[in-house]
Amino acid sequence: MSAAPPDVIDLLAGIEPASPLYDIRNQRAQARENAQKSYLALFEPEVPGDLTTVERFAVANFVAGLHRQPAVAEFYAAGLHRLAERRISDAIVTEISRGSTRGPYGRYPDGPLSVEDVAGPGYQVAPENQQVLGRKLIAALEHAHLLVFHPRDASPAALQTLLNAGWSTTGIVTLSQLISFLAFQIRVVAGLRTLSSASEAPVDVPRTAVFTGVLASGRV
Amino acid sequence: MTQTTLSYPGNREPVAFTQEELGWLPWLEPYPADQLTERHWAGLVDASRAKSPYFMLLARDPDILQARTKTDKDIFYNTSNGLPRAEREIAATAASRYNGCIFCASVHSRFASQYSKRKDDVQRLLDQGTDTDIDPRWNAIIAASVALTATPVAFGDAEIEALRAAGLDDLEIVDVINGAAFFNWANRLMLSLGEPTPPTKLA
Repeated sequence: MSAAPPDVIDLLAGIEPASPLYDIRNQRAQARENAQKSYLALFEPEVPGDLTTVERFAVANFVAGLHRQPAVAEFYAAGLHRLAERRISDAIVTEISRGSTRGPYGRYPDGPLSVEDVAGPGYQVAPENQQVLGRKLIAALEHAHLLVFHPRDASPAALQTLLNAGWSTTGIVTLSQLISFLAFQIRVVAGLRTLSSASEAPVDVPRTAVFTGVLASGRV
Repeated sequence: MTQTTLSYPGNREPVAFTQEELGWLPWLEPYPADQLTERHWAGLVDASRAKSPYFMLLARDPDILQARTKTDKDIFYNTSNGLPRAEREIAATAASRYNGCIFCASVHSRFASQYSKRKDDVQRLLDQGTDTDIDPRWNAIIAASVALTATPVAFGDAEIEALRAAGLDDLEIVDVINGAAFFNWANRLMLSLGEPTPPTKLA
């Protein structure tokens, strides 16, 4: 085994040791350590689980591509490229561009929130990619698109589609965690990158410390 | 073994955002309680979570559940410094409101009210949505959480500037980022693996 892998969020957000954001992340040391452990549990699991490594990276490549965060998308694309045949990587590339849209959209249960229903596109894997991806990955990508862009449209029927495609109940739990974890990891990376580039001239902390207390008391 | 989804034809799903206590029913069979191993108990982190069908379903993959739970706890409960708990809960509520997770929003709006003592302001976020006008500080936290929740992410320099103008330092901004980002994880699991049930007192 190689040495401990680098912290993926630091790597993707471009956070160097001893930088201000590195120190701030260390003040949430458990969150940092367990975000990394989450990555390892999903992408380098100690117990193989119900997903192959290729399935894990193929779905991750797709999800990261749909979020259009270049550093993250390249990281998971490189992971899949290492593990899988070229034609699988190529299929994922075309599926990302076919699946790209904006979220969140979707429907609420019928009632007062129905006025907030937002229509959006459905997504199905292209016929020409179906053979190379196979029925389990086809179902996984279609479910990933639902979770990424319109999670409030989720339904038992969507899970039944996964079961019918050969996913086990436990496999669906792992798949759901993987997609949802990426929704978290990608946002932490995006947020930290933005903060890092905006951190050149931080505001004067002593002034805000007092003010923050007043504002937090809700008396404003 | 044939695996199928679970359904609840008698359930009346809540149709509005609320601070009341809702229940949740899984669409897949939770892990059998009588088969829990040490690894599963470690995944549950708190033994009391074995009573929750949500955590018992997630216990089917205990390693990711354990890491997820510990991430969650540090982001929200580590308040030795940084953003006050109430405002972390506002970030969680705003993300949940924007994604449309009625169950998650109910839990975290209740926490936001409990810690801020501003139940009416929290209710406005639920009733009017994330465009509501509460006060500059909460507005900035809500807007930043929403921008981070959009796909693709729309969080940029404008959100950082607004948070700083509202008095947040960089550690507090990281708490907003973590809180909103974490709920993009939680919302997707809650929305896609089961359905909420009406407030307990009406059930």
